[in-house]
Amino acid sequence: MSKEIVIPFGPQHPVLPEPIHLDLVIEDEKVKEALPSIGYVHRGLETLVEKREFPEYVYIAERICGICSFIHGATYCQAVETLMNVEVPERALYLRTIWSEYSRLHSHLLWLGLFADGMGFENLFMDAWRLREHVLDDLEATTGGRVIQGSCKVGGVRRDIDAAKLDEMSNGLDGFRGELADLVDVFLNDSSVRSRLKNVGVLSKHDAYADGAVGPVLRASGVASDARMLGYAAYGNLHFKPVVEEGCDCYARCAVRAKEMYASIDLIKEAVQKIPDGPIEVKVTGKPDGEYFARAEQPRGEVVHYVKGNGTRHLARHRVRTPTITNVPPMVKMLAGCELADVPVIVLSIDPCIGCCER
Amino acid sequence: MAYLKKSPWLLHYDASSCNGCDIEVLACLTPLYDVERFGIINTGNPKHADVFVITGGINEMNRQVVKNIYAQIPDPKVVVAVGVCATSGGVFRECYNIAGGVDQVIPVDVYVPGCAARPESIIDGIVTALGILEEKRTKMKEQEGSA
Ligand code: SF4
Repeated sequence: MSKEIVIPFGPQHPVLPEPIHLDLVIEDEKVKEALPSIGYVHRGLETLVEKREFPEYVYIAERICGICSFIHGATYCQAVETLMNVEVPERALYLRTIWSEYSRLHSHLLWLGLFADGMGFENLFMDAWRLREHVLDDLEATTGGRVIQGSCKVGGVRRDIDAAKLDEMSNGLDGFRGELADLVDVFLNDSSVRSRLKNVGVLSKHDAYADGAVGPVLRASGVASDARMLGYAAYGNLHFKPVVEEGCDCYARCAVRAKEMYASIDLIKEAVQKIPDGPIEVKVTGKPDGEYFARAEQPRGEVVHYVKGNGTRHLARHRVRTPTITNVPPMVKMLAGCELADVPVIVLSIDPCIGCCER
Repeated sequence: MAYLKKSPWLLHYDASSCNGCDIEVLACLTPLYDVERFGIINTGNPKHADVFVITGGINEMNRQVVKNIYAQIPDPKVVVAVGVCATSGGVFRECYNIAGGVDQVIPVDVYVPGCAARPESIIDGIVTALGILEEKRTKMKEQEGSA
């Protein structure tokens, strides 16, 4: 007769760069149930809207998370701009799109690396992060920051990229695509990676949809849902098609992210071609009043920024619904019944970003 | 400090950072910056670690976790607080759940500035910490000798 035992996983654990705690109820080698508890990185930054004026708060919004930083800042700006009826110049929208896609590239490469590390493939981890530095170089050259960019502001963007640099970036991506193909080939075709990921952490299409999965987790279970289809920023003018996989397992989630990187490269190159000349910001006057939900696609899925103004320079409320928190219930479902040794891979397969999730 | 006698291993813990500093700590370990060439290894086990690299400020939930990890690292040990969050609470200083920098709960030897801290400054901070580690080790030996 086997006996149930409880194994604590986290908050400080070698595969987790960030703290989350799971109580794993184990019988033999099988996980019967996973009970998550969170709160280790909760800061309470949403209340800072009372202390910072709305244009300054962009810096705080960016620091919700250091990986998806740019998109958080941009989505917050998008929310406030809609609330105040600010007409953002086209060029600024294109620049936001370009930086957003660079962020996605860096985030997905970061994740591929951590994922490789999680399954014990150290060499692949290093290779992914080596490639990621190319992306960071371009981000740093154009915004001044590697991980926290600070280039977005309410009413536009803070910096322009000149035509020569845009061309250079676009051409650089060609070489980058070649190197990326070598890396992705290992993730998708290496036999040990395949056997480590195939049929692990299965989440059916129905469960993914019913439990509210978002982003690559949802798309890997065969649902074509991507906030970029809404056409915010410049996405409406670009040819964007969501990447969908039918495998429903960890391998499919890995494949979605790997293929999305090519999509990002295409989007950046198209945006560089289409970007119009013109101003990059407009002056914002007035005080926000009313409420608005802005939606955008983070590397991890759909993010919702809710802002509520009360006619002063300080917002009354800012609330973020981040992709990770909605992906936790699907993750708990994937964990039920899995082998203990698969836990790190499954947890990482949702690309957990606890910093966002707890704020 | 002309050379290292031992390979210092480090343990990284994210107290309540935004991740910005964490991924820069990890970036130090990867090919571009590659601190592994100095024998520095990122370990997951506090009992193997010499250097405690911590990012983010202290909140109510992680106060005890940070103390526990610190207590599990054998002497001599050094603590490096990476980023302004770990130094003083940073941009989140006024948040209701942030008590302040890491030095609220454990002694800190080196503070690395920046938001996010750049890999160059993190490496600089860790190298400074290694000097302090060496001093602590010598002092421990002297005390053992005199006892
Ligand atoms: S110092 Fe800045 S980048 Fe680093 S964890 Fe704090 S907010 Fe994030």
